[in-house]
Amino acid sequence: MSGTYLGMPAFPEAAHEAVRNDTLRANLRHATHTIRDKRAVAVAELDDWTELREAGKQIKEHTLSRLDHYLVQLEESVTAAGGTVHWAADAEEANRIVADLVKATGEGDTEKREVVKVKSMATQEIGLNEALEAEGIAAYETDLAELIVQLGEDRPSHILVPAIHRNRGEIRDIFRSEMEKWGRAAPENLTDSPAELAEAARLHLREKFLRAEVGISGANFMVAETGTMVVVESEGNGRMCLTLPETLISVVGIEKIVPTWRDLEVFLQTLPRSSTAERMNPYTSMWTGTTDADGPKAFHLVLLDNGRTDTLADEVGRQALRCIRCSACLNVCPVYERAGGHAYGSVYPGPIGAILTPQLRGTASEIDASLPYASSLCGACYDVCPVAIDIPEVLVHLREKVAEQGGPGHRLEKAAIKAAGWVLDHPAVLAAGERVAAKTRRLHPKKLPGPGASQWTDSRDLPEMPAEPFRDWWKKNRT
Amino acid sequence: MTSPSTPRPTSSSTSSSRERILGRVRAALADAPTAPPAARDYLTSHTADDPTVILDLLHENLADYRALVHRTEERELPSLIADLLTKHGAGSVAVPPGLPASWLSGTAVEQRHDEGAPLTPYDLDATDAVITGCALAIAETGTIVLDGGPGQGRRALTLVPDVHICVVRAADQVVASVPLAMPRLDPARPLTWISGPSATSDIELDRVEGVHGPRTLHVVLVTETSAPGGRGGTAAGS
Ligand code: SF4
Repeated sequence: MSGTYLGMPAFPEAAHEAVRNDTLRANLRHATHTIRDKRAVAVAELDDWTELREAGKQIKEHTLSRLDHYLVQLEESVTAAGGTVHWAADAEEANRIVADLVKATGEGDTEKREVVKVKSMATQEIGLNEALEAEGIAAYETDLAELIVQLGEDRPSHILVPAIHRNRGEIRDIFRSEMEKWGRAAPENLTDSPAELAEAARLHLREKFLRAEVGISGANFMVAETGTMVVVESEGNGRMCLTLPETLISVVGIEKIVPTWRDLEVFLQTLPRSSTAERMNPYTSMWTGTTDADGPKAFHLVLLDNGRTDTLADEVGRQALRCIRCSACLNVCPVYERAGGHAYGSVYPGPIGAILTPQLRGTASEIDASLPYASSLCGACYDVCPVAIDIPEVLVHLREKVAEQGGPGHRLEKAAIKAAGWVLDHPAVLAAGERVAAKTRRLHPKKLPGPGASQWTDSRDLPEMPAEPFRDWWKKNRT
Repeated sequence: MTSPSTPRPTSSSTSSSRERILGRVRAALADAPTAPPAARDYLTSHTADDPTVILDLLHENLADYRALVHRTEERELPSLIADLLTKHGAGSVAVPPGLPASWLSGTAVEQRHDEGAPLTPYDLDATDAVITGCALAIAETGTIVLDGGPGQGRRALTLVPDVHICVVRAADQVVASVPLAMPRLDPARPLTWISGPSATSDIELDRVEGVHGPRTLHVVLVTETSAPGGRGGTAAGS
């Protein structure tokens, strides 16, 4: 995965930083509570939410259980529609393929190659921007939030609103000082009103869109039977990247397949309501291969494994591949709310990150081994998940795996214990968790497996854990 | 799980990765039974099957996401369009192939037809507005869908100019729900689903209309049955 995150401190240290940063905490709290309340309203509008959720879960379950079949079918459909399919086993191979494709376009001045990008978690996961930069190719992020993050030389902190840790004053300062280094400068007298900041971004990026020769995207869905790719977005930068350049390259994880065109009717109802709490997001683009005289003349699909087949091999853990990246689980998570996105040490923060990252990357590093412990197992994430991923179940399962791998006294065990200790050190996290836990008790493991588990949860139901004595215990036993 | 893996025309450098990934998928699934196809117990529509109710819902949901909604009869469409262009001070309007000429018969604004030599992105950037029909509209989500058919044009046309005026024929282009829309759309065409103008909530979650797409979206619901020559859409419903 991305080099950006190598050498990250394990969860508790990174979380500690976040907890001390008042602006970050206030921004995060405002954001997560606002979206979660709106989401509840948007979901309540549909009488058949339970059935839609179940259908979404089953479509993904079925697809994953025949993933080889659907991958081959997708390849055939995309190829028949004029696209070219590439397969990338890991991040390095995907980056190589994309860099070579970019270099193969046009004659132009090789010193000045540039691409425009629409927000894509897969390309962040593989560190594509850095890889392209190393090859002399400038990759411009075009989502407002990603632009803020990129100009601020920062890392995203939320799947949906990656710059949620920045407030308007900080954004204005970043625009004022950084935009001119990359193109059109911010307007004189730029204030911190969101409308003016959005206008500054519009002007700054427009010149890049109009001259762009290569666009790079991910995709929310790929339809096996038709070869159709789907990108949902709000701002229109996605449409720009998908429509104006001569060449379009989409890097997409192999788990993003749905079998049929009709399957989209489920996810197009559940995804917008779960993520932005809208009945429908402003723009959804669907394209199948290439179309004469409309949009890119060349379309390349790079199918990315990068740890997904390892995840698929795990009977319990594979359900994480159902994720449609709506970020609803982040917004209800008491740990995420306090620790912030950066503490998770990967592009996938929050509850989904805690189960996906250790599976994609393995648990050999301290940050990855500590992630399954960054939870109070309250189950709120499962409740809101539109594809019913049982995140607590996977967390507990991964704790078992970390325990087997490390052993007492091992550095991974220590990292894990510290993460668990962090949770226990934050009574508000536990309390918030327990309030929710009442609703989801049936989902809870009776015991908390993992390093040190026998010392402190041998005979207790988790929700009954008395927070106070455990905090004392942890304080004494922390390394 | 042993479906045959016919070699496909993938780029040669990745063909070994293709076999590797498919091999790893098959190994991962070796003991996993095929999950059954999904049960579809969800609703086909959440709305009463009444054209008036459905049209009102479309109107309401479009307006809720800050599209500017107008209702008119077919014969008054040209003057409404002329008024809208005047109101925006538009000096030029992009015109997709197949747009009924009558729609622009009430205005003297310069028409830039996207035919013959297509308009470049720079041409479009210097064009004030665009007018199109649509393939269909979805009431429950307040969405219009364009499929590049006659009167809609290629995707860049409705993206670069800052004002988009979209005409929806109430009689045969409005469906209640997403599940009712899917069978009427052709996935082989490039589709753009539009629900309100471009927007962002990236700055402290304040919703701001208009970042990169058109900042103003007018939707005109034409409530009278089609007049001769008044076809704005494509295969939808046919
Ligand atoms: S795990 Fe579920 S709730 Fe979380 S981002 Fe993925 S789909 Fe959404």
